[in-house]
Amino acid sequence: MSDALLRVDALRIALASNRTTYNAVEEVSFEIGRGEAFGLVGESGCGKSITALALMGLLRQPLSLAGGRIVLDGEEIQDASPAEMRRLRGKRIAMIFQEPMTALNPLSPVGRQIAEMYVLHEGMGWTEAMDRAEEALRQVRVPSPERRIRDYPHQLSGGMRQRVMIAIALACSPELLVADEPTTALDVTVQAEIIDLMAELCAAKGTAILMISHDLGLVANMCRRVAVMYAGRIVEAQPAEAIFATPRHPYTRGLINSLPRLGERSRRGRQKLQEIAGTVPSIAGYPAGCRFNPRCPEATDVCLAVPPAATPLPADGLVRCHHHG
Amino acid sequence: MAEPLLALDDLAVHFKVGSALAGGVRTLKAVDGVTLDVKPGECLGLVGESGCGKSTLALAIMGLIQPTHGRIRLDGVDLSQRQRLETARTVQMVFQDPYASLNPRQTVRRTLADPLRLHGVTDRAEIDARVKDMMDRVGLRPEQADRYPHEFSGGQRQRIGIARALILKPKLVICDEPVSALDVSIRAQIINLLLELKDEMGLAYIMISHDLGVVEHVSDRVAVMYLGRIVEQGGWQEIFENPRHPYTRALIAAIPDPFHRAAVSARAKAKGEIASALNPPPGCHFNPRCPLKADRCVAEVPVLAAVAPGHRAACHFRDRTG
Amino acid sequence: MNGGLSLWIGGGLVAVALFAAAAAPLIAITDPVMGANLMNAELPPSLEFPFGTDAQGRDIYSRIVYGARVSLTVGIVSQICNSIIGVSLGLSAGYWGGWWDDLVSGLTNLMLAIPSLIFALAIMAILGPGLVSLLIALGLTNWSYSCRLARAQVLSLKSQGYVQAARILGYGDLRIMFTQLLPNILGPLIVIATLGMGGAILAEAALSFLGLGIRPPFPSWGSMLSEARDQITTAPWLSVFPGLAIFFTVLGLNLLGDGLRDILDPQSTTRRGA
Repeated sequence: MSDALLRVDALRIALASNRTTYNAVEEVSFEIGRGEAFGLVGESGCGKSITALALMGLLRQPLSLAGGRIVLDGEEIQDASPAEMRRLRGKRIAMIFQEPMTALNPLSPVGRQIAEMYVLHEGMGWTEAMDRAEEALRQVRVPSPERRIRDYPHQLSGGMRQRVMIAIALACSPELLVADEPTTALDVTVQAEIIDLMAELCAAKGTAILMISHDLGLVANMCRRVAVMYAGRIVEAQPAEAIFATPRHPYTRGLINSLPRLGERSRRGRQKLQEIAGTVPSIAGYPAGCRFNPRCPEATDVCLAVPPAATPLPADGLVRCHHHG
Repeated sequence: MAEPLLALDDLAVHFKVGSALAGGVRTLKAVDGVTLDVKPGECLGLVGESGCGKSTLALAIMGLIQPTHGRIRLDGVDLSQRQRLETARTVQMVFQDPYASLNPRQTVRRTLADPLRLHGVTDRAEIDARVKDMMDRVGLRPEQADRYPHEFSGGQRQRIGIARALILKPKLVICDEPVSALDVSIRAQIINLLLELKDEMGLAYIMISHDLGVVEHVSDRVAVMYLGRIVEQGGWQEIFENPRHPYTRALIAAIPDPFHRAAVSARAKAKGEIASALNPPPGCHFNPRCPLKADRCVAEVPVLAAVAPGHRAACHFRDRTG
Repeated sequence: MNGGLSLWIGGGLVAVALFAAAAAPLIAITDPVMGANLMNAELPPSLEFPFGTDAQGRDIYSRIVYGARVSLTVGIVSQICNSIIGVSLGLSAGYWGGWWDDLVSGLTNLMLAIPSLIFALAIMAILGPGLVSLLIALGLTNWSYSCRLARAQVLSLKSQGYVQAARILGYGDLRIMFTQLLPNILGPLIVIATLGMGGAILAEAALSFLGLGIRPPFPSWGSMLSEARDQITTAPWLSVFPGLAIFFTVLGLNLLGDGLRDILDPQSTTRRGA
C-alpha cells in the first residue's frame, strides 16, 4: 500500500466542550492515490471540513487530533511540529476554501499574494516571482492578467477570487489539493467553470484532489471515488458510478433518492420525493449504535445497540451498515 | 382562460446609486421591463443567478419597493390602489434563511397569532384553533407552540416560516430559495410539504431558485431572468427539454450531471461571469458570455418573442435548438 | 474581570444603596434636617455617630442614608427619561432613515459636542435649584449614547428576514419597531442605561456641589460635599463619607453594567463558549 499518496487511518478528532469531550470525527480511514480525485461528501456538521483541517495541521482549540495516523507519501505527519507543517502546507499540500474573500489578504494585491508562494517555498526573487504570478493568473484564465496582478481582492468578483485562490494553491505544484466547498458561494454557471478549471490544472500538474462538498452530484462528476460521511463517521465509500448505481448505505440511498434530478419529471412524471425522516443529530446528541438509526427505515434492534463495523466492498470501498445486503 | 392572479406589465425598478458629489449618480436597473403573469393555483419557477433582479422583483410584488415604471395587478386590482392589509392577505413570502427570518424573542404561537389579531380576528378560541390547525398542516406538534425559534432545527424553523406565510390564507406565496439554506437530507421534506400545501389550500407559488432540479420538479411554468430582464419563459417541459435561449442552456449544462441524463450537452456552457447591473453590455445583456454571439447581439436588444405557443425567448437565434 | 463576579459585586453595591434609600426612616439614627444640635457640632466618628456629625451637629450617617433617596431618584428617573428619548429617536431614525435620520444624527452629534454637564448647568440656571429642575436638566441632556446605540442596532437588524416578514404581514412601522426591533436590542440598551445612571449620580453631585442642585438643609451627597469643603482639613469625615457613598454607588452601577453586558450580549457568550 506504499503507493498511496495520502493514507488516513482511524482518524479521531476530539471536540472539547464545557465539561465533556466529544468525538467530532472517529474511525475515519481513506486513501488517495497519486493524481487521484477523491470526494468526501456530507451535510453540515458531519465532520468533513474538520477532517480536512486535520490533514493540514490546522485544528485549533476546542478541536484536537485525538488518535489515528495521517501518512503523506510514506511519512507520518500527524505529530509533525508546527514548523514542519508550515513547510508542507503550500508546497506539498494546498487548500482552497468556500469563501475566498476570507482566505485572501485584503490589503495585498493578488499578484503579490501568488508571488509570495514562490518566494517562500522556492526561494525565488520577487521580480522573477511576479512574472511567475502573472503566468499563474493566465493559467487560471483570469482575463488580462498583466493588469489584474495589481488588483486587490475586493476589486475582483467571487469567481475571479476563487481563481486567484486556485493559482495560489497550485503555485508550487503540490501533490495534494484540499478543496473545501470551493464553489458553494458561487453562481451555478461560474461553479461549472471553476470545477472544470480545477480538474484540468490538477490533471496537468499531477496533483491529487480531496474534494469536500455537500453536493453528491458535483463530487461524483469530478472524482473517481467518493466517501459519504454522516455524524462523524464514513458510512460508505465506493467508486463514483457505483455509489449512484448501487448505493449500499440507507443514508446514501436516501440522499440520492430524495433530491429532484433534472430530467426525472419528463421521464416518470412528478413523483413525491422520498424523504429522509427526522433531523440531523447534533454532536451532543449522537444516538448509540448506528448513528443513522433514528432516521433509518431499515433499523432493527442491533442498529440501536451496536455501531456497525466497516464491511469492505470491491475497489477499496466500504459500507458501515448492519443490513448492507 | 382564467383571470391571472398576478399580472406584471412592463415592470421596471431602477435605483439611483452613488452621490452627485462623488463620481456622479448612476442608475441601476435591477428590474427592467418585466411582463409576467401567474394564474390561480399555478407554480411559476423564477430562475436566475445572483444579481439578476429576482429578489427585487419579489419585493416589488409584495409592495415593499415602488416600481419606477409599469404596473402590478394583483387579483385584478392595481397594487397601488389596494389597502396594505388586503395585499398582505393575498400575497405572502417564505424566506431563504430559516435562522434570520424568525424573531428570536417570539414563540411560535405569537409568531402565528399576532398576524391574525392584526387582521381583525379577535375571538381567542378561533385564534387558537387556527394556530393549531396551521401548525398541524406544516407538521409541527401543538405542544411546540410555546417554544422559541432557537429550540428548533433548521428544517423545523422553515416549517414555522411556511406556517407564518400561510396563516392569513393568501392566494399567492413567493418562495425565495426555500430549501437552499437547509441540510441536504431535509430538503425533500420541505419540497413535499410545499407541494402538498399548494394542493390542499389552492395556492399559487412563485418559486425563486437557482436549483434547476427543484424548479423542474415543482413548476408548471418557468421564467428565466438575466440582468433584470426575462430572457425565456414557457411551460416547464419546453424550458427543460427544448430551451431556446443560450443562457437557459448554459444553466442546464452547468448542473453536475455525472451520468449525462439531461437533454443539453456540456458544449452549451457559458463563459465568464454575469456583468454588473450598473454597466450592462449593450444589446443582449448575455452577449459577452454567449457561444452564439454575433454583431447583431451587440447592436440590437432581442425581444421576448414566441417560439411555440406559450413559449417565448429573447434571443436573435431563438430558432436554433442546439 | 470575570463577568459573573462583577455582576455580583455590582449588584450587591447597588442593592445596598437601594435598601438605604427605601428603608431610610427605619435605619436613620436622627432626622436628617431637624436633627440639628449645636452641642454635637463636628464630632468625629464614634459609636453614637458612626460617620461623625456636621457643623450643625446633624448625624452624617443619617444624612447619607436620606441622601441616597435623592441620588438614586435622580439617577433612575433621569436615565429613564434619557433612555426613552434616546431609544425613540434612535429606533425611528434607524428604521425610517432619510431626512429624519439626518436630523436625529445631526442633533445627536450636537449633543455629543456640548459637554452635557454644561448643558445641564444652563438649564439649572434657568429653572433654579431643586429636585424637579435636576430631573429635567439631567433627563434631557444625556440621551445621545442610547440614541446612537439604538440606531446602530436597528440598522443591522432591519434587513433581517423577520422584520421583512412583519412588513409583508401588514404590520405598521410603530408595531414593527416595538414588537420586532425593540425586544431584540434591549440587552445593550440596558447596559448603557446602567452606566448612564452612574453618570447622572455624579452629575447630581457636581451640580449640588456648585449650589445648583439640592439646596441645604436637605441632604444630597453632592450638597453635603459642598457644605464640607471649608472643613476638609479640620473635619475630613464631613467630605469622606458622602464621597465614599458616591464612589461605591457609581462603582456598583458600572460593575453591574459590565456584568450585564457579558450575560446579555450573545456574541460575548458564544465567544466564551467556543
